[in-house]
Amino acid sequence: MATRALIHLPSPAPRGSVIEIRCTLQHPMETGHRRDGNGRLQPRDIASRFECRLDGSLMFAADLYPAVAANPYLAFALRADRAGSLVFSWTGDGGFRHQETRPLVLA
Amino acid sequence: MRSSRRNTAIALLAVVIAPALRAAEPTLAAAIQAWAGGAMPRDGRVTLQIAELVENGNAVPVTVRVDSPMTAAAHVTEIALFNQRNPQREVARFHLGPHNGRAEVSTRIRLATSQRLVALARLSDGSVWQHQVDVLVTLAACIET
Repeated sequence: MATRALIHLPSPAPRGSVIEIRCTLQHPMETGHRRDGNGRLQPRDIASRFECRLDGSLMFAADLYPAVAANPYLAFALRADRAGSLVFSWTGDGGFRHQETRPLVLA
Repeated sequence: MRSSRRNTAIALLAVVIAPALRAAEPTLAAAIQAWAGGAMPRDGRVTLQIAELVENGNAVPVTVRVDSPMTAAAHVTEIALFNQRNPQREVARFHLGPHNGRAEVSTRIRLATSQRLVALARLSDGSVWQHQVDVLVTLAACIET
């Protein structure tokens, strides 16, 4: 099943203002500490790294551990100084990789 | 009789092994110290916003805010969140800079039981600030199969 991600940001963003960007990734964030019905330990499956880049330069990053809830939600701020292309990427266990691109449009 | 003896043996094993497993994971203070490096965390400047009474530990909203102008000269470089009684001390780390404009991050976390949470911020001048909150959890995360 294809992974989905939701990204909210104001568009257009008032130039020079500080905007809030909210991201939710569809992901189980399996902790590696839980057992299934037969007592077998469920293998860890964590989206452990999030990055937000504007035209290639890093704007915000997060390292996520198993204590982050399933379908990890992140909200952070960004000063809307220049327009460009925002790339949101998640990587994690088992070669997990997901990427979304949104334009940052200034008013 | 035999099964009850076996149960007792299992319970005893759990009592003996559980603390040993827990000891492998550093204490909250040790985890914070390792993250802070040489800096001594001071109280203030950081606000950890979380409900003090949590009904469901599976997805608890948290927001960490740091009092910082977020300029090139003075800004927050990293925010870290630690817990006291989940299987692992780390919750999340956030990497910021002056381009963020505001030192504020939000996420949703799991809480295995009632415990202390500590949010820390490392500033561009190298100082480390913290805010700790004790949270009461009535329905724990991680117990459902």
